[in-house]
Amino acid sequence: MSEASPLLAVVDLSIEFRTRGGTVRALEKVAFDIGRGETVALVGESGSGKSVTAYALLGLLDPAARVTSGRIVFGGIDLLTAGERALEEMRGREVSLISQNPRGALNPIRPVGKQLADVLLRHANVPRVEAPQRAVEMLAKVGIPDPARRAAAYPFELSGGMCQRVTIALALACSPALLIADEPTTGLDVTTQAVVMDLLAELAAASHMATILITHDLALAGEYADRIVVMHAGHVVESATAGELFIRPRHPYTAKLIAATPKPGTQLADLAAIPGNLPDVTRADLPTCRYSARCERHSKTCDAPLPLVAIGPSHMVACWQPL
Amino acid sequence: MTEPILEIRSLTRRFPVKRAGQRPWRRAKMSWLHAVDGVAFAISPGETVGLVGESGCGKSTLVRLVTRLIDPSSGNIAFAGNEIGEIPARRFARTPQRAAIQMVFQDAGESLNPRFTAARAIADPLLRLSRLRGSALAERVREAAGLAGLPDELLGRFPHQLSGGQKARVGIARAIGVEPQLMILDEPTAALDVSVQVVILQLLERLKRRLGMSYLFVSHDLNVVRLLCDRVLVMYLGKIVESGPVGTVFGSPAHPYTKALVAAIPSLDQRGVKRLRLSGEPRSPIDPDPGTCKFYGRCPKGQSNCAAVMPELRPLEGGRSVACHYPEIAAAEATREAPTVNSSLLPFQIRHPAS
Amino acid sequence: MSAALRHLRYVLGENPVTLASFALFVVLVAVAVLGPWIEPYDPLATDAMHALTPPSAGHWCGTDAVGRDILSRIIAATRLDLGIAFAAVVLSFAIGALAGLAAGYFGGWTERAVGRAADTIMAFPLFVLAMGIVAALGNTTANIVYATAIINMPLYARVARTEASVLRQAGFIEAARLGGNGEMRILLAQVLPNTMPLLAVQMSLTMGYAILNAAGLSFIGLGISPPTPEWGIMVAEGASNIISGEWWVALFPGLALMLAVFCFNLLGDGLRDLIDPRRRT
Repeated sequence: MSEASPLLAVVDLSIEFRTRGGTVRALEKVAFDIGRGETVALVGESGSGKSVTAYALLGLLDPAARVTSGRIVFGGIDLLTAGERALEEMRGREVSLISQNPRGALNPIRPVGKQLADVLLRHANVPRVEAPQRAVEMLAKVGIPDPARRAAAYPFELSGGMCQRVTIALALACSPALLIADEPTTGLDVTTQAVVMDLLAELAAASHMATILITHDLALAGEYADRIVVMHAGHVVESATAGELFIRPRHPYTAKLIAATPKPGTQLADLAAIPGNLPDVTRADLPTCRYSARCERHSKTCDAPLPLVAIGPSHMVACWQPL
Repeated sequence: MTEPILEIRSLTRRFPVKRAGQRPWRRAKMSWLHAVDGVAFAISPGETVGLVGESGCGKSTLVRLVTRLIDPSSGNIAFAGNEIGEIPARRFARTPQRAAIQMVFQDAGESLNPRFTAARAIADPLLRLSRLRGSALAERVREAAGLAGLPDELLGRFPHQLSGGQKARVGIARAIGVEPQLMILDEPTAALDVSVQVVILQLLERLKRRLGMSYLFVSHDLNVVRLLCDRVLVMYLGKIVESGPVGTVFGSPAHPYTKALVAAIPSLDQRGVKRLRLSGEPRSPIDPDPGTCKFYGRCPKGQSNCAAVMPELRPLEGGRSVACHYPEIAAAEATREAPTVNSSLLPFQIRHPAS
Repeated sequence: MSAALRHLRYVLGENPVTLASFALFVVLVAVAVLGPWIEPYDPLATDAMHALTPPSAGHWCGTDAVGRDILSRIIAATRLDLGIAFAAVVLSFAIGALAGLAAGYFGGWTERAVGRAADTIMAFPLFVLAMGIVAALGNTTANIVYATAIINMPLYARVARTEASVLRQAGFIEAARLGGNGEMRILLAQVLPNTMPLLAVQMSLTMGYAILNAAGLSFIGLGISPPTPEWGIMVAEGASNIISGEWWVALFPGLALMLAVFCFNLLGDGLRDLIDPRRRT
């Protein structure tokens, strides 16, 4: 935790989904927080629960979802118990979201300038006459060349990278305190990814905006996030600053994840796969540590309820036998 | 000195572009999209050659040309000495080379017929391209599945009942079943988690050695290309702009685009470091000016003659080639030893005496 | 397999209407198949003495103007009407679906030709077109089948064409080419099986329409001629009797017709739910 009181604190969050195939225990006792101006990355593979967490923060969960425990405290109120009106006011104004597939987030039959103006009118109380001009300013701020002309363009006329810039402009239109970026660069070329991430970092620094970066790309998290929260099968397994996590990972899963990620200098033979598979989260008899079935350090002590051990001032690990 | 298994010379593929208000009979005024624009390279037996480039560079079109799913507009494709570019794609299915060139697709799920079991998917090319039938066929299917690490009990399953990694293995088993000599791997692990990726990449490496194949490995992930490939080709807007041993090309890139590509790879070590960033958009691939470098306009180095003369691939030392008027030739050594395989890449001189 | 059965049970359980239509379908087929053995009387046997008797213990649906037992005639008609509809649907499918698949898969001239043909057929009010075909070719059962088949072909062609043009881009089609499959083989062995579920739904829906069409043609005097029992003819014959108070002559055949069409329509909906929950109406 970087400041006295974090901007957003997720406490003990557990969510399950009722489906035809059984109850999916998607998240269990997930906890982390983020301070003003910080960038925290939620890293995990598919099935880790990172996207569910993001949508829970905005109250955008599927109707089949049930929150079985926990709180999400933002600006003093618990988002899970807040009414729909309060949440609507908050979305777009205090908390914003950008996701992957930027083209999908834009209305295909409305020029991008008008879409920006819509957000400004709805959430920022900008006078109607000023909205188009402000929209053009926003487009310039996100680095779109010739913004006055591009404001009249439709999403299909813009490239993937440009569309993502537009969604960033939409998200930042009201200078939110928190931005949730859900895999914002998946599907973009690596050169475009670099530019988009640089832009996000720059804008966040300029307005002291906190960012939750959700990604499966550990290296991306390493470069752009202040702190990294590693998730596995609905649990938070470790959370530390980026540097600490890579230099000295303490959870066996984190270490294996790092070892499996290709880096310059590693050979193919050096890479190690992570043994086993994700546990079936529809089972009622899941062990307290969902990684234990795949862990070579597993022993009897691991059957006790999962602790959250503080290793350093900002380093937590959920393991009885950290590395 | 061995003959290359695949030899591409001056390969070009253009697509007509419909412009609003254009009359179909006015062919002379048609616009053409140059997807692949004069590409030349060779792959030696047993080599893994990487192909990197971003969206719109033409690598998917190039892949479809090499696998003969589409026909070239001009140029040569020679496989094991046979000129296969001349055979229309429609008829290629019936030539003996069909089985020799196979592909593993990017999205394994998409590449499997949802109504076929894994066994049927693997057996289908064998039914069409080999004489195996009955129990001999079933045996071969099991063998291919085994080599790909797919347990027998999964053979009766449908794609929607398989995980991402298992589907990838079915795709691999299907491709190796007909014993190809050249395998194109089109981003085979792009849709997989990093832990599964490791397993599949190690499997592909093992299979290559065991079955004596050559690989063309297409990917946008440079770190993965570094792992598996001996040489790499960097493609931009339909042309190869740089090629050479993978360690040298990524360790000390000579072409400005390669430099930007390498600089864009995220890494913990680069936190806070202001790095080279590519601004702007690529030039239009439609009716490109044959006298202007494809990278001109985005290139930090652009000079006047870059817009006057198109740079062609020219050999540099260390077995690499660059298509640039102002390449950056550093004295830094490669991070990986250059392979001893014949790695000539000269477009004009296909046979290179061993040095 | 068990997953499919579980899904079937789920769909039938969720939706009692689907279950009912499924049961009704079974009953209709049973009646059609077992017809001659379950008829209480000979459908063609006339009995002037007992003409136009209301429903009673002896004649559950009463008798018609020449004393024939209406229930027996309804049962006999089931076989005929279902048979015509089934034959028409199969013919329609065979030609329409294949033409549509080829149009969607190959595009170009094939697509243009099939499109024009389909548009031409659909330019007419379909029932009027059917009337015209039967009037031109003559009043036989076979011609009713042909006419019904023709007016339904564009529907199959359209559905098949859409599916095929989407599947054309699919990865497994390219993989099939790499595997040495020729285009025709891909069309029949790979594309067709993937479009069958949607086409099966279409077949069920057009069964209902085909029955209505056949009955409609007979109602206006084209097609089946008396004394052959057929629902449409029976309704036509009984229409004039309604005014004179003999409501049962037209009502029961009409009811049978209605039930059959309902059954196939609802069955089609149920089938659609079964194969693709996303398309639920």
